[in-house]
Amino acid sequence: MSVDLDRRKFLWDSAALAGIALAPGITLYDLAQGRAPEIPAPKGVRWGLLVDMNRCEPGCDACVTACDSENGLPGGKRPTDAQWIRKIELKDVRGRVRSLPMMCQHCAHPPCVDVCPTGASFKRADGIVLVDRHTCIGCRYCMMACPYGARSFVHEPVTDQKPEVPRGKGCVESCTLCVHRIDRDRIPACVEACATAGHKALLFGDLSDPQSEISQRIAAVATTQVRADLRLDPGVRYAGL
Amino acid sequence: MGPASAGRRAAQLHRPPEGGPTWAALLTRLLTIAATALSAGAIAADMGAVTRVPLPRIEAGAGERCVEATAYMRRNHMEVLKHHRDETVRDGIRTTQHSLANCITCHAGRKTGRVTGSDGFCSSCHSYAGVALDCFECHADRPAPAMAATKP
Repeated sequence: MSVDLDRRKFLWDSAALAGIALAPGITLYDLAQGRAPEIPAPKGVRWGLLVDMNRCEPGCDACVTACDSENGLPGGKRPTDAQWIRKIELKDVRGRVRSLPMMCQHCAHPPCVDVCPTGASFKRADGIVLVDRHTCIGCRYCMMACPYGARSFVHEPVTDQKPEVPRGKGCVESCTLCVHRIDRDRIPACVEACATAGHKALLFGDLSDPQSEISQRIAAVATTQVRADLRLDPGVRYAGL
Repeated sequence: MGPASAGRRAAQLHRPPEGGPTWAALLTRLLTIAATALSAGAIAADMGAVTRVPLPRIEAGAGERCVEATAYMRRNHMEVLKHHRDETVRDGIRTTQHSLANCITCHAGRKTGRVTGSDGFCSSCHSYAGVALDCFECHADRPAPAMAATKP
């Protein structure tokens, strides 16, 4: 009998050990679906967006207004006003108008990070490209380097910022993919607003998880990366471009 | 009259009256009294907070106590905040205990709702100490509407 008990104990112990050994890897992988606040952004995840241009309505700017109100942007149209996302209308020769949102493409090989002299421009472990305003000196090299014109410089003093989105004069900034929401397991404001407006042209998800909705859509339909010739591997893809 | 007698007369001139203190000794005593009176006055002023420099007004924060010991926070809050800011910006760690937002939630003035301004918890002490306070060039100086503070 004692032999059986030992064997049982051995099996339980091995199972527990295997659990401990696997747990960190599994936990990190599963973090795409929500993680505790004390756990850093996981490496196995690559956040991305899929823009379905067949659903994107010309003239609708729900994503832009949602971005402005979520991040406390002025929303002005002057050349010096910060703009994290904008709508672009494309007209073909026959006059057909289509539109698409353009924002930071969260490249896998971001040129803005390459050129930053202070290391303020960086890519987070989960693929989000950000500016650390504590180190940014406002030199604007990254704005020159970005082929998508996605970054803005804050020219004027800012007051009444959103507590979640600190921003101030003298720094470069761009779409953060609503990192403060992602860290709390929520989707970016533009994606939410597009769904609320009834278009559902924006899909947010983990590009490195083959089971995620975004990965399956990308596998099913033809999608394009803007300026794919630059081989920056943007995390934002466009369907129907 | 030779040079020797001239010297003797000079010595007589400078000799103090019998039994009295020298001028130097008198002066020293006067100075001591004055200094004592002055320092006593300074101490009295300190006690009564009647100084030319306005002292920081530190309003007690909400809740029973700070997330760390008060003495530790007085000396090290900047290090604590800097450490947490790098973790949050670079790694996405969003614990609230050492976050600036959590500080602001408890320490925002009851009247103004802010930590800046002449009576603000952060600003009043920073202006007293003469230390630049750059946080609020970018960060909001008031709590988020639905932000609940983390208790220690």
